[in-house]
Amino acid sequence: MKELALHILDIAENSVNADADNILIDIKEDTKNNDLEITIEDDGKGIKKDQLKDITDPFVTSRKTRPVGLGLSLFKAAAKRCDGNFLIDSNQNGTIVKAEFKHDHIDRAPLGNIAQTIISILLWDSNVDLTYKHRYNTEQFIFETQKIKEELGNVKITDSKILNWLKEYIDENVKEIRGGEFN
Amino acid sequence: MKSLEELRELREKVEKDMEMRKEINKPKIIIGMGTCGIAAGAREILKAVMEEIDKRDLDVEVTQTGCIGMCEKEPLMDVKLPGKDRITYGNLTKEDVKRIIVNHVINGNVVDELVIARLEE
Repeated sequence: MKELALHILDIAENSVNADADNILIDIKEDTKNNDLEITIEDDGKGIKKDQLKDITDPFVTSRKTRPVGLGLSLFKAAAKRCDGNFLIDSNQNGTIVKAEFKHDHIDRAPLGNIAQTIISILLWDSNVDLTYKHRYNTEQFIFETQKIKEELGNVKITDSKILNWLKEYIDENVKEIRGGEFN
Repeated sequence: MKSLEELRELREKVEKDMEMRKEINKPKIIIGMGTCGIAAGAREILKAVMEEIDKRDLDVEVTQTGCIGMCEKEPLMDVKLPGKDRITYGNLTKEDVKRIIVNHVINGNVVDELVIARLEE
């Protein structure tokens, strides 16, 4: 994947398909310790124990149409080639996926367009409540769809005007905490 | 910086629009968003679709689907007009999206050279 944000979109869609009501996307950037950590956590139905141990094998998947699943395998490979770590844990109450990267590693894909990823998840399933936390050293931005929905009342969060506004809102805030940098 | 105050104002505008629109028989656009689709650029296709809808103020339902097994033809996008065949377009670029929206979604003319499958009504 060209951007880490695309991995996030891919993994979060697993959460939606696992009937999650809540998804947390947590990004921590600590440039002093050269660390970038991405966590995606949901309260979906989880992955069965016997499948979990080799779920990052491309030939293991919970889907029934064909026996190949690349999403987690690709995300793991992306972390591993940046001297990072990858962790997945799951039970019937949800799943947590965590990928760690060396922040300045030459093979680390740019973070990319997080706002567009968030919008795409909302368009996939507008009922899900999404929390997006992004920390860059001491700066932090938190975006919660639950709060936005309260503001909107009976206007849908997937209305194209609302989505465009949200996209700019997230973009501005992410740029702000990252000091204008966008990679 | 944008504030939630602004969002409240936008909400009032959208509420007025909603009153004029009916829920039934909208054109439907479906975008393939499996791992294969995402890797091939589906998120940018979705973005282009949303931009066109916003720019032209269209009333269209946009949904997404997972991998349908035509990974080599991603990014994929289906257009389903009420009462018409469901058309699958493949190997799309952002420019193609504009053409499909103008010709097919708005004017009802299928963009034949981009079609890879047809599902009859």
